[in-house]
Amino acid sequence: MDFTFTEEQQLFRNSTRRFLEEQYAFEKRAGVLEQAHGFLESHWQNFAELGWLAMPFAEEYDGLGGSPVETMILMEEMGRNLLTSPYLATVVLGGGIVAEAGSEQQKSALLPQVGSGELKLALAFAEQGGGYDLTQIRLRAIKNDSGYLLDGTKTTVFYSVVADKIIVAARTAGQAGEREGVSLFLIDRDAAGLQSRDYRTQDGGSASDLDFKAVQVPEEALLGREGQGFLPLQRVIAKAAVALCAEAVGVMWAISEQSGDFLRTREQFGQKLGSFQALQHRLVDVYMKCQLGQSLVYDVVCALGQQAGEPFGPELLRKVCAAKYQVGLDARSVGQEGIQFHGAMGMMTELPIGHYYKRITAINSTFGDPRFHLRRYRELMIQDQETVA
Amino acid sequence: MDMKFSVEAEAFRAEVCDFINDNLPDDIRHKVAQEEMILPREMMVRWHKILGKKGWSCPSWPKDQGGAGWSDEQHYLFEREIALSDAPRPIPYGVVMLAPCLLEFGTQAQQEKFLPGILSGDELWCQGFSEPNAGSDLASLQCRAVAEGDSYIINGSKTWTSEAHIADGMFGLFRTDSSGRKQQGITFLMIDMKTPGISVTPLMTFEGTHEVNQVFFDNVRVPFANRIGEENQGWAIAKYLLGLERFGTAEVGRSLASLGRLKKLAAALSVGEGCLRDDPDFMNEVARVEIALRALEVTEQRFLFGPGGSDAMGAEASMLKIRGTEIQQDILELTHQALGYAGQRGQDSGSVLQIAGITPEKAAMAHYNFRKTSIYAGSNEIQKTIIAKAVLGL
Repeated sequence: MDFTFTEEQQLFRNSTRRFLEEQYAFEKRAGVLEQAHGFLESHWQNFAELGWLAMPFAEEYDGLGGSPVETMILMEEMGRNLLTSPYLATVVLGGGIVAEAGSEQQKSALLPQVGSGELKLALAFAEQGGGYDLTQIRLRAIKNDSGYLLDGTKTTVFYSVVADKIIVAARTAGQAGEREGVSLFLIDRDAAGLQSRDYRTQDGGSASDLDFKAVQVPEEALLGREGQGFLPLQRVIAKAAVALCAEAVGVMWAISEQSGDFLRTREQFGQKLGSFQALQHRLVDVYMKCQLGQSLVYDVVCALGQQAGEPFGPELLRKVCAAKYQVGLDARSVGQEGIQFHGAMGMMTELPIGHYYKRITAINSTFGDPRFHLRRYRELMIQDQETVA
Repeated sequence: MDMKFSVEAEAFRAEVCDFINDNLPDDIRHKVAQEEMILPREMMVRWHKILGKKGWSCPSWPKDQGGAGWSDEQHYLFEREIALSDAPRPIPYGVVMLAPCLLEFGTQAQQEKFLPGILSGDELWCQGFSEPNAGSDLASLQCRAVAEGDSYIINGSKTWTSEAHIADGMFGLFRTDSSGRKQQGITFLMIDMKTPGISVTPLMTFEGTHEVNQVFFDNVRVPFANRIGEENQGWAIAKYLLGLERFGTAEVGRSLASLGRLKKLAAALSVGEGCLRDDPDFMNEVARVEIALRALEVTEQRFLFGPGGSDAMGAEASMLKIRGTEIQQDILELTHQALGYAGQRGQDSGSVLQIAGITPEKAAMAHYNFRKTSIYAGSNEIQKTIIAKAVLGL
């Protein structure tokens, strides 16, 4: 048992943190948010040079062969510094699903381009009315002589507005609610019949609702095998959920530290706020939540690393749910406490705390909120007990 | 980063499990599985001697004094498997607290006199720290020890003293000087409980258990030879002692065992056509506490096996005590709640009812008794204040 990082991992964290602290200091955030999609396009090449974009991919696809630990480190640091970017959309979701589901040829063609920064991807999976259930896919792909014809809608597709290609989860068979019959398609963002309504999100990012009206795609657009898309989708969403947990933990630590700074310096009634026990104990609660959340992220990240390439068993899925539930719940409470600690200042847009809170709120409504994950955890826990008995 | 134990550690774990399975008497296991934290003296000593034959009764001691010479991993796994198997906790005060103080601050003569009885399990100790007017504020203790000839004469009382009624000796903190800062006039003494002038009055906890006592001292004579360290230097020893517990403060293994019982109980308790396990509201509570327990378990492992190892652990350890006791209380309360009407049966109901191995009146007692855990050994509020000051700099 060993909870230390390798020297390479430590160097990776240092270089990541240095870049983010220099380029994404909070004073610069307003300028970043003014950009068209809340994202500095010119930085994408820096991301590639820092190794972020190629980190998780295998070396045979020009990747850096990083483990889930590297992704965790990166996401934590992004959380600390409130980076809004298409990183999750392109690398974790887009590149992730290509790596999980794509044919050898598709992986060789696409992943090196993602890693080098030439290609941005987005993953369209959620649909209006489907909640967080990944089987709720109604968008139809009907096979015809020229390939497939796509009809339906997708919602909240993160950063598809800057993506070159979009991977769409569609139904080639079966009904919404079923795992079978889900297929993945790689399509151009400017495909004929595809309409996009783009909007900015509460946390400063970008997302789109997509409308597919008889969008014809060639047979080669199919990513992996027809009807076999659910499991890769489930795996990628699970990994992305873990990545978001790591980001949330980074946010939580930042709030904890900034709140500590504030309580140690701000004076009222002739004394430091931090001398009041009512506040001391509440900051301790915040601190403990950071530590406990960190632990659940380590737990699931280690389990992910051990399961590389194998199907996700219920034990691993349970760890994903545990982390997404607990970290989500605690990040929310840490965010609310952070605002409260800062008093009226906590409500000001000039302070980071509100921005952190909005990011936490967005994380909680992505890939399942705490309630959703507690329910799934409970179901898996009971199944496990029944299996043992 | 790797959360797996080494092959050697796993082999050691298997050895521990086998030993417990082969040697833990059923009557003792049964009693521990009913969540009885403090066992009858006979049971504590019997198990201690069984472990002793294997050289495992005082594992954290130096090897030449009877310790096991284990690595951090081995200590961790031993504590964990002991707890998971419903084997008794170690004999608390002598083995875990007094002996390390003797080894660190005691004279050769003191070590030779007192360690063998602790190692063999034939001499049990209790801890005289708290007083009626010195609880969380321990340093304000007033029980006086006045030097006279070659001895101290003690007058006053100690309270909340667990096991004073079965102990052979007491170690504790006594006021030898009131002139300076309150921490400065405190001396660490060991007292034979048979010394004339000591009387022990039982204090009953509200669930009806006799664990704690008030101990009165009326001109009790304690030789200088029983003082550890110098006069008025006792506070440093107490701080050393309170900082000792690295393994097991979170009681994760115990809580895992209790949680396992709770889940079995939920499956066994009939409700209408089904069982309590079909109730999503109840099972959400169980799921919540299971997740919280896993978070605590990994946190403890991070503190023990992170950069710097267990030696690097400072005031962070306080959070293990806070969360460990909160979770323990949650599990035992849920277990009692699950029983519904059956949970109302009193101790003298003469009931032989057992559901999934749980006796309702024992579950009730455990629920009530474990309310103490967030109070003892430095209340959770004290622990929070420690973190606030030492970790957060408030």
